[in-house]
Amino acid sequence: MSSTPDFVPGVSGPVASGGERADGGLPDPSLLHLLGPKWLTARARSLDDERGRTARWIVLGFFGLIFWAFIFGMLFRLLKYFKGVQEIGPFLSGKLLGLMLIGFFSILLLSNVITALSSFFLAKDLDMLVAGPVDWLKLYGAKLLETMLHSSWMVVLLAIPMFSAYGVVYHGGWYYPLAVLFVFLPFLAIPAVIGSAITLLLVNIFPAQRTRDILSVIAVLTAGGIVLLFRIVRPERLARPEGFRSLVDFVTVLRTPTSPFMPSEWAQRAIMAWLDGRIEPLPFYLLGTTALAAVVLGALLHRALYDKGFSKAQESGGRQARTGVMGRALHRLFSPLGVLRRELILKELRLFFRDTTQWSQLILLAVLVVVYVFNIKYLPLKGEGMTFFLVNIVPFLNLVLAGFVLASIAARFIFPGVSLEGRTLWLLRSSPMPVKELLWAKFWVGTVPLLVLALGIIGVTNYLLQVTAFMMAVSILSITLMTFAMAGLAIGFGTLYPQFETENAAQIPTSFGGLLFMMAAVAVIGGVVILEARPVYTYLSARAYGMKPDLFEMVVGFGLALLLCITATIVPIRIALTRLEAVER
Amino acid sequence: MIRLTGLTKRYGSFTAVDRIDLEVPQGELFGFLGPNGAGKTTTLRMIAGILRPTAGKVEIAGIDIAKDPVAAKTKLGFIPDRPFIYEKLTGAEFLRFVAGLYDQEGPQIEHRARELLALFDLEEWRDELVESYSHGMRQKLIISSAFIHRPAVIVVDEPHVGLDPKAMRILKDLFREYVRRGHTIMMSTHTLEIAEGMCDRIGIIQGGHMRACGTMDELRANATGGDTGLEQIFLRLTGENAAREMVDVLDA
Ligand SMILES: Nc1ncnc2c1ncn2[C@@H]1O[C@H](COP(=O)(O)OP(=O)(O)OP(=O)(O)O)[C@@H](O)[C@H]1O
Ligand SMILES: [Mg+2]
Repeated sequence: MSSTPDFVPGVSGPVASGGERADGGLPDPSLLHLLGPKWLTARARSLDDERGRTARWIVLGFFGLIFWAFIFGMLFRLLKYFKGVQEIGPFLSGKLLGLMLIGFFSILLLSNVITALSSFFLAKDLDMLVAGPVDWLKLYGAKLLETMLHSSWMVVLLAIPMFSAYGVVYHGGWYYPLAVLFVFLPFLAIPAVIGSAITLLLVNIFPAQRTRDILSVIAVLTAGGIVLLFRIVRPERLARPEGFRSLVDFVTVLRTPTSPFMPSEWAQRAIMAWLDGRIEPLPFYLLGTTALAAVVLGALLHRALYDKGFSKAQESGGRQARTGVMGRALHRLFSPLGVLRRELILKELRLFFRDTTQWSQLILLAVLVVVYVFNIKYLPLKGEGMTFFLVNIVPFLNLVLAGFVLASIAARFIFPGVSLEGRTLWLLRSSPMPVKELLWAKFWVGTVPLLVLALGIIGVTNYLLQVTAFMMAVSILSITLMTFAMAGLAIGFGTLYPQFETENAAQIPTSFGGLLFMMAAVAVIGGVVILEARPVYTYLSARAYGMKPDLFEMVVGFGLALLLCITATIVPIRIALTRLEAVER
Repeated sequence: MIRLTGLTKRYGSFTAVDRIDLEVPQGELFGFLGPNGAGKTTTLRMIAGILRPTAGKVEIAGIDIAKDPVAAKTKLGFIPDRPFIYEKLTGAEFLRFVAGLYDQEGPQIEHRARELLALFDLEEWRDELVESYSHGMRQKLIISSAFIHRPAVIVVDEPHVGLDPKAMRILKDLFREYVRRGHTIMMSTHTLEIAEGMCDRIGIIQGGHMRACGTMDELRANATGGDTGLEQIFLRLTGENAAREMVDVLDA
């Protein structure tokens, strides 16, 4: 009576889709059915008839292959060398594999924890799945698989050339890939289960209003984990065999398992035994059973805690946010820039510091920097055999490493900038604000803190290394230019490969565009260092032998490095600008 | 004033909006109706400068939006159908930010923001983060934000979704008063009673074509079969009378 019959056809949709099945049984969607939409979305995206799609994939494939070839080549040479070393060679290879696997394991654990938060608790399809007649076990299976896929693919990409190098150098044979598969699948599954379980527990433990602060806890846990890992592994010991009393001692250290209860250790033993021509069943067995047991326990935990946790995760704390002293000070500070720019900058800052998923990563960052500075501090640079050249080469390597640190920070904080604007682009696009102002604000809000950090790191480490004034000047200038280049590349790639639909900012850098950005950043850092190596060497040798340095060589080298950095800053931003102006959202 | 000439939008080979000509003069509230998927949102987003037309021209207050987007958009306020805004800003901060996008600030803006929030019963929430707002509250905040810089033209996509009766009433009065002062509003809606009661002129779009356009009286005069209500005119024009028999649907 209330609605006219003419409008009822609109109702038929939901009725039909939510209704009982014809055969009268309980509806029971399969696990694959639950993952179906994800698969279809991915396929629709790749089928998207965007112009230049093929070209894009060719470029991606090309860079991907170069990247693989690079990793493979490095490892190949290293392993060849190890293989030649008498007695301890195989142990060194095994240790190296173990170290890399431990690294993988910690990355996997962290990214699974972060991914699980969004795939199990925040994803948009959950409302429907939780409300629908979906079996808890299938929901767990589907979401676990999704979490695992999302957080493991980058590690898998790294692992392929790595395992290939081992297989080729040690003649793994035709069944070697199969053996790797048997080892690696459980190796991926275990951190996925543990990560999801940690997230599940955290969501349940925290008071409802603070669910969203979980990420800060995760960050702290990770920080602790990294420090612990460094203390357990003590990689610096391996780099200095002369520090051991005798070769026997060294071999003993190499022989003892670093961590007998870690899946990485099992995986390492399984692979190394295989490459040695033996099949050691125990590690395979341990990996397989642990993975299965983990899934079962994870499922039980899921059944017990998921419903409560899910309901909790939906409550977000409504928080007051008045403009305080700080706000007014910033307001005044940025006022000379004009209303538009000031408001854009203030907005960026507010969104960043009020979003736990964003600022909590700062803790991670602090850990990274501290670990880095500590490692520099403990470098054995004062003993005998430390020539004038070595002392000056270390700051150069320092520059490279600091560049990597900056690149990963830019990937975390600058790269997601444009993606995070996805839901609000309508507002920006329908306003008279020129798109370049948005990029301008994002660039500077990212670059200025990054630059301060960069100068801080380089200043402190170079001070610890007691470098010459010349190296200090070169380092500081280079890192400044590189910082701009990193920021420019991050904005550029972040705009070219935006993740407008993402729910979790922490996930954006792990996307394909993020990977591309990292590769481009590494290329620029490498380019700068290669271009500067020659003039620095010339200058140092001239100094060492009391001659005049070749001015031409210096100007060309430094000039080209400068040009590279400026190009890497400006060109990506220009491309981003055209791209963003064409976005229709 | 809004003027559309030959406005067309194609998604691939599919034509969502097909050569629409329309002029909404100053001081008019224009209602934009049509069945789901008719092309209303597409048209409005083209007017707002978010989508680029495949062909045709959009003029706002006499300025071609393709030629001088900044000048045209300065005269425009847009309210989208889905209220997506920055979750981590408070209501007051959001209004200030929007004003900033139009290069406006100062005591007058602050005053206006307070008045608008008070109008929609949001003043208690002005310092709360938007993430704790309900759907309707967000909608009201966005509507307020479109008025903060006093644009000559406001383009609204289904503003009534999720609003309570009181807010609907306020919205109606606000829109009417705004056009009475010589501004222009173009609004899409599915609520025919609202369109009938509020709008000066009504356009009905279907399949990307403008099927009818005029005042209620004109629509009535043109309608065959002596229809009097907007609902009958709408359903007859858009062919929705051929609805299936309910019995068939529910027994299927
Ligand atoms: N991004 C897009 N890509 C392809 N087709 C689209 C896209 N956006 C809209 N369309 C199509 O354009 C047509 C018009 O869509 P539009 O959103 O303008 O309809 P509408 O009149 O606003 O409908 P509703 O009343 O449901 O809001 C639809 O057929 C839709 O499928
Ligand atoms: Mg619409």
